[in-house]
Amino acid sequence: MNAVEIKGLTKAYGNNYALRDFSLNIPRSQVCGLIGPNGAGKTTAMSILATLLAPDAGSAAVNGHDVMSEQAKVRRLIGYMPDFFGVYDNLKTTEYLEFYAAAYRIPVSERARLISDLLELVNLTEKSHSYVDSLSRGMKQRLALSRCLVHNPEVLILDEPASGLDPRARAEMKEIIRHLKRMNKTILISSHILPELAEMCDSIAILEQGKLVTYGPVEEVTAARQGAKILKVDVADRLNELLEFMISRPEVVSVDGEAGWARVTFQGNKAAQGQLLREIMEQGWHVYEYAEVKGNLEDAFMAMTGEGE
Amino acid sequence: MRELNPVLLKELRQRFRTYRSPLVVVLYLLVLGGFSLSIIYLQWRNNPYFQPGSSKEIFTIISMAQLGLLAFVVPGLTAGVISGERERQTLNVLLTTELSPLGIVVSKLISACSFTALLLISTLPLYSLVFMFGGLAPIQIMGVLSFFLVAMFLFAAIGVACSTYFKRTGISTITTYGIVFFLVAGTGFLAAFIQELYQQQARMAMIQLEQTPLVVMLLQDTNPVIVMLRILGEGATIGPGREMWLPYWGTFALTYLVLGLVLILWSGWKLNPINQYRKLFRK
Repeated sequence: MNAVEIKGLTKAYGNNYALRDFSLNIPRSQVCGLIGPNGAGKTTAMSILATLLAPDAGSAAVNGHDVMSEQAKVRRLIGYMPDFFGVYDNLKTTEYLEFYAAAYRIPVSERARLISDLLELVNLTEKSHSYVDSLSRGMKQRLALSRCLVHNPEVLILDEPASGLDPRARAEMKEIIRHLKRMNKTILISSHILPELAEMCDSIAILEQGKLVTYGPVEEVTAARQGAKILKVDVADRLNELLEFMISRPEVVSVDGEAGWARVTFQGNKAAQGQLLREIMEQGWHVYEYAEVKGNLEDAFMAMTGEGE
Repeated sequence: MRELNPVLLKELRQRFRTYRSPLVVVLYLLVLGGFSLSIIYLQWRNNPYFQPGSSKEIFTIISMAQLGLLAFVVPGLTAGVISGERERQTLNVLLTTELSPLGIVVSKLISACSFTALLLISTLPLYSLVFMFGGLAPIQIMGVLSFFLVAMFLFAAIGVACSTYFKRTGISTITTYGIVFFLVAGTGFLAAFIQELYQQQARMAMIQLEQTPLVVMLLQDTNPVIVMLRILGEGATIGPGREMWLPYWGTFALTYLVLGLVLILWSGWKLNPINQYRKLFRK
């Protein structure tokens, strides 16, 4: 049995579809990354799994328990961390965790030990007597993650857990998630920081406009890219003009000139690739370099979601 | 021993940890105490002799002021309990715990009511001023205190229901004050207005109204000002009266308690994010 089973989920807000016939199965103890442009339906899918939203059609189950008809059982099985969350004023870190431990009916006798372990896990032991609202954003994110673990859930639903964090805080968060992976937790995680996601996840699901574009092991998704490849085109001058020229070509999916050269997501065969080079040179550009670069998850994401975000 | 509900414990901890709560109690007592002492001063300024009727008058005035303060304080305490969680972005996380939506609503209500009850109890020494001079039976004081608790329950339930329904605390607060104002002033005005319409009709038909119309009786029996004055024996009734199934205080208590209970149950139902039956009512 899969830890998460989603079948044909559909959810619309008025005439706008957040999810359309979305299906996904995540085996136990796997870390699945959910990626997609803003508005692709990631948060909607996670909210449905967290029993916070009713789908218009389809079903979702956690460890075989339906999210609509067995809400209480599902809530015991999941730890949910939303993309935006607040904390309570005038509560200390330990009191905050104690509150959630009580909300999950953890026996009083077990709480002190549990809270101490959780704070140690997220490296917040020193802040155990600090007021929650005085913690930095990174600390609050880590505290929220420890809150998810209070009842030792089997499945974690983490919606952008590293958003807005500085590199150090992101690295700490990544390390904690790796640790949770070692603890055999099933994790569904969404993030915009794709290279980090590739490092942490076993599988990747790419969503666009509510539809599942692709799902599979990270390596497969990265390799597949629907036949798209990344070309590096380095020219002597007129980079912006080149970018405009490239995007008008039918085989070019997207272009990016941030690196000082044109990074082109190209969908075509070798002949088309050669033809493109000929056209660039005919337009008078002095080409220093024209080569295929090794793709990564970001490239796959860009290729599969059109122009991305 | 059974553990206190976590939401209630957290609310109490948060509420009583800051200086705001004792400050509210102090201000409440200052307003009510200052008001009572001013009345006593004005009454006995020119008349040093004891008048048994005066203490009852003071008691009535203090109670009226207390009702006004309750109608002012309770909506302020309750109209943001759920919408505030929503605005702070803590509600979704709370709803994914094992706490039931109804449990959350009830805990929030108890927390707000317990603070209001504290305000009420803290004013009891003020009432002892009246006892000093006599003229009032302890049963009347108990009656008024019970009346306040029942009124507080419905006011709080209205606040919680509005807070559950409206996403913004501002709108919820305005709506709660509006409904409470209607209960305190509107029902009395409406009762008097309808009674006048009936009386006008009776005058045109050259007959005399033998009993107060049922709707007027129900309105005046649910108006907290009229009910409180009647508990205090002030005889504040509209029209000649009418034989009812319940005494006026019974109608009041039953209406307020049932209405409050319905609002709380509805709030619990409304708060459940994936209530399957909700689909039935969706267009």
